[in-house]
Amino acid sequence: MTAPGAEKVVIVGAGPAGIRAAERLVQAGVRPVVIDEGIKAGGQIYRRPPPGFVRSPEQLYGSEARKAVELHTVFDRMAAAGQIDYHPQSSVLTIADDFLQALTPAGRKDFTCDRLILATGAMDRLAPIPGWQAPGVYGLGAAQIALKAQGVALGSRIVLAGSGPLLTLVATQLLKAGAKIAAILDTSSIRNQAAGLPGMLTRPSLVLRGLLMRAKLGRLYHAGVTLDRIETDERGPVGLCWRDACGRAHVTECDMVGLGWHLRAETQLAGLAGCTFDYDESWSQWLPRTDRMGRAAGGLYLAGDTLRILGADGAELAGRLAATACLADMGLASPDATSDLRRLGRYERFARAMARAFPWPGEMVRAVPDDTVVCRCEGVTAGQLRESVIYGGGEANRVKSLVRIGMGRCQGRYCQLAGAELIADTACIRVRDAGRLREQAPARPLPIGLWVRDT
Amino acid sequence: MTSELQPAALGGRIVRLAEKGRPQVRFRLDGADCQALAGDTVLTAVLISASAVRQSEFGREKRAGFCLMGACQDCWLWQEDGGRLRACSTLIADGMQLRTVPPETWP
Repeated sequence: MTAPGAEKVVIVGAGPAGIRAAERLVQAGVRPVVIDEGIKAGGQIYRRPPPGFVRSPEQLYGSEARKAVELHTVFDRMAAAGQIDYHPQSSVLTIADDFLQALTPAGRKDFTCDRLILATGAMDRLAPIPGWQAPGVYGLGAAQIALKAQGVALGSRIVLAGSGPLLTLVATQLLKAGAKIAAILDTSSIRNQAAGLPGMLTRPSLVLRGLLMRAKLGRLYHAGVTLDRIETDERGPVGLCWRDACGRAHVTECDMVGLGWHLRAETQLAGLAGCTFDYDESWSQWLPRTDRMGRAAGGLYLAGDTLRILGADGAELAGRLAATACLADMGLASPDATSDLRRLGRYERFARAMARAFPWPGEMVRAVPDDTVVCRCEGVTAGQLRESVIYGGGEANRVKSLVRIGMGRCQGRYCQLAGAELIADTACIRVRDAGRLREQAPARPLPIGLWVRDT
Repeated sequence: MTSELQPAALGGRIVRLAEKGRPQVRFRLDGADCQALAGDTVLTAVLISASAVRQSEFGREKRAGFCLMGACQDCWLWQEDGGRLRACSTLIADGMQLRTVPPETWP
C-alpha cells in the first residue's frame, strides 16, 4: 500500500483541462507526470506556434488571449520549476491497469501510475459527403490549427461547411487573416438555431459574441443547407454542390473544403483504460460514464472535452474538479468544489442547448449514396457497409470485422458515428443499439522497429 | 517509380497569410530542391510547393492531411532512408529528404 501523498499520478493531455488538473495537484504538493502530444502545452484551442513566430496572443486567440496566456504561464512555470514531470511530443499508446506505454521523441517509454487523469480533448466530428476523401478536404479544426500555429490558409478559395460554433469562429478568423472564403454552409436551420437559443442564454456574452461574428459573415453564410457532394479533379476539390433552405441547387467553386459538425470526444484512451460509455442523445455520441467530479472507476478520472463537450472554459473547471477528486481519494486535503460544480452545471446547460442548435446531420448521413466513402482511411463505402449489415447484422464491431469500417489508421475516429448511423438505418434500429467500436491498442501508429529492438 | 507530385509541376495548395519573415529552410521532396520557413511543419512545407503528400493506398486519390492534430494519420510520408513521419506534427529541418512515394530501394 502506497503512503498518502506518495502515490504516482499521471495526467494525459496538456490542454486547459490537463493544465488545471496539474496545477491543482501541484498546489497540494503532488508532482504529477504530464504526457502531452503537443510541442508546447496548450492543447488545440490554446495551441502555440513553434518558436520564431511573432503574432501577439491577441492576434492568435482574440477575446480569449488573456485565458490562453494565463494557462501557458501557469504550465510553463510548473515545468520550469520541476513541479511536474513533463513529457511533451509524447503519445500514450496503451493503458493496462497501472501501466502506460508511450512513444516519446527518445523512443518508447513505460510509465506506472496509481491514479490516472485523462484530459485528451476532442476532435472535429465528421460526417461523410461524396468526395470528402479528396486531398484538400480538411476538418474545420485543421483550418484553425493551420492559421493559428502556422499562419497559413489550406487553400486559396475556401468553402467551410458543417455546423457548430467552430464554423462561425473559423470563418471569422480566416477572413480577418485575409483568406478568401467563397461560402460558409451551415446544415443547421435557422429554426434549429432559434430552438437552442433560450438555453444558450445561460452564457449571454458568448451568445452575443457569436451573433456579432455571424452578422459580419453577411451573405457568405447560409443556414439550413443540404450538402450534396464535393466535385473533385486529380488535385482535389473544384466545387461544392449544395442546396439552400428553399431547395435551390448551387455549386460553389473552391479548391479547399473545411468540414465539421461540432466536436467528438477523443475517447480512445478512456476506452482502453476500461471506462463504461453511454450513448448521449443530445451530443449524438458515446461519452464516458463518470460522477460529477469526473471519477470513472478506481483511480481513473476524466476531464475536459473527452468527458463532456463544454469547450475551453468548461475544460478548465473539469480539470480542477478531476484533480480535486483525485486528491480527496488519496486522502489529501482538497478544496471545496461546490462553486465549481455549480458553474459546471451552467456550462453544461449551455452546451446542451448548443448541441440542439447545431445538431449532428443524421438525416444527411442516412441518405448518402452507396458509392460514398465512409471510411477515409481505407476507402470503405456506404454501399459496402449497408451490404454487410444485411448479411452480417446491425452491430458496429461485426461490421468492422466484415468490411473494416473503423479498422483503418484513424481507428474509427472519423467514421464511427456515421457508421453507426448507417448501421442503425439499414438494420432499422436506434443508433445507440448499433453499438460502440471497441478500442484496440496502440492508440497511435508506431514504428515497429522501436519495439523489436527494445525487447 | 516516378512521382506525379513533382512540386514545380503542380504548385502547392497552401497560402501563407502571416509570419512570412522567418529564416529559410532547404529540403528535398522527391529529389527536387524545395524551400520552406523555419517553424513550418513538414505538412506546411510540402503543401507550399506540392498538392499532396502521398498516394492513398486504398483509393485513386492522393492525400494531403486532414485533421492537423495527429488524430487521423492521413499525412504520413516517406523519408529517403525508408522511415515514415507524420507531417502535421513534425517540424521541417534543413536537409530533410522527403518522398511522396516509397524509396526505390523499398522492397
